[in-house]
Amino acid sequence: MEVSAPLNVSLREFGCEQSLLSRPDGSASFVQGDSSVMAGVYGPAEVKVSKEIYDRATLEVLVQPKVGLPSVRERSQEQCLRETCEAALLLALHPRSSLTLVLQVLHDDGSLLSCCLNAACMALMDAGLPMSCLFCGVTCAISADGQIITDPTAAQEKDSRALMTFAIDSRERKVMMSSTKGSFSVGELQQCVAVSQRASEKVFQFYRDSVRRRHSKSL
Amino acid sequence: MAAGFKIAEPLEYHMSFLKENCRPDGRELSEFRTTTLNIGSISTADGSALVKLGSTTIICGIKAELTNPTVEAPGKGYIVPNVDLPPLCSSRFRPGPPGEQAQAASQFIADVIESLLSLLQLCWVLYCDIMCLDYDGNILDACIIALLAALKNTRLPKVTINKVTCKPEVDSKERHKLPVHKHPVSTSFSIIENSILIVDPTADEESLSTARLSVVTDEDDRLCSLHKPGGTSLSAEKLQTCINRATARQREIQKLMEKVLKSVKAAQ
Repeated sequence: MEVSAPLNVSLREFGCEQSLLSRPDGSASFVQGDSSVMAGVYGPAEVKVSKEIYDRATLEVLVQPKVGLPSVRERSQEQCLRETCEAALLLALHPRSSLTLVLQVLHDDGSLLSCCLNAACMALMDAGLPMSCLFCGVTCAISADGQIITDPTAAQEKDSRALMTFAIDSRERKVMMSSTKGSFSVGELQQCVAVSQRASEKVFQFYRDSVRRRHSKSL
Repeated sequence: MAAGFKIAEPLEYHMSFLKENCRPDGRELSEFRTTTLNIGSISTADGSALVKLGSTTIICGIKAELTNPTVEAPGKGYIVPNVDLPPLCSSRFRPGPPGEQAQAASQFIADVIESLLSLLQLCWVLYCDIMCLDYDGNILDACIIALLAALKNTRLPKVTINKVTCKPEVDSKERHKLPVHKHPVSTSFSIIENSILIVDPTADEESLSTARLSVVTDEDDRLCSLHKPGGTSLSAEKLQTCINRATARQREIQKLMEKVLKSVKAAQ
């Protein structure tokens, strides 16, 4: 089945604010259209002896949904976020320390996991933690008629037959994390990866602009 | 002497084998461990299966109940998979509520089998309990095989609506099969030292890996899931190699399952 990739990758309006919370060492809020996630980072701090790793920092991720208690879905999101952050952070610089990343979902209107990834990266940057590369999250949905939609809304996600979220790294634009739902062919997967890599350029440009704007004000 | 080296320097020990393109248990980099499948072992369950992938042992039991449909999908039945990693299977799991690995595995399986069953006529809910008896790495693959085999083994009782009381009546004697249309099979890979790709990692190899990848394919060569929860990045060529290996594995497992189901039918 032919899947048509959009020529111009269209993403929803982005918004980001850093250092908005006073207690965490780093915090950020990331808005994609109507989806909004707030992230806070504590660390490097004291670690419990049972959780300590002798040669690197221990990263703990907590995802709090908007309503209710964290469930199995939040645990699998936490696993994806944690392993992506562990690959990007230079954990060996802080042995026997703990890093805690807490994410609060403020509103879910689709592309939630990629919004969480973006908020996490901005919060880690705000905390000043050393990273080997930045990462961004991009969600692609394949609609019932074969269109690839980037950054889908909740309604578009519901009508899609496949949903994929990728974490792309900033150095070589390679795929660091992949989480998919629904059935798709290999060709569709490759097209979605290519589209996500194109979209990640825009997100990284947004990170750069956002940090530049923030630091130019504090001069 | 080798045992001491293995405990003191596990990464060096495994790298000395991987450099020669083989692994400590004698396998090639793209070779799976022996897979054994046994179905229908739990008589009290509506369907069951036991899978052994090398030393990794997973058992799956399915119970069916009549229920009200969910608000999100009225008119359809649903499946509730639950993966349990008890302290029995490995010293790394402590007693108590399910840990992150078990919950992430349950979510992964729920996403894979979501579109598996066709609309169940009456509103059945299938509770799938997947329990690990022996943890030696690669539980996701074994869980998917066990769940698929158990679903194919499941016999749902016939239900009639009593015209007088308007209540459903379950007839346990007469049973019919569950229509399973697709056969998704998972293939898990581990990436060691950012570059070496191995298939079907054991527990030791998993603990040394820098990234994990699970590819789920079905018989139409379509991907049901590409699960890579973070870790070092993967190039497009390596990803294609993984997908090719996964499609080959899907054929092997489907053949194995058909053989076992045929032998069970012949024995009945």
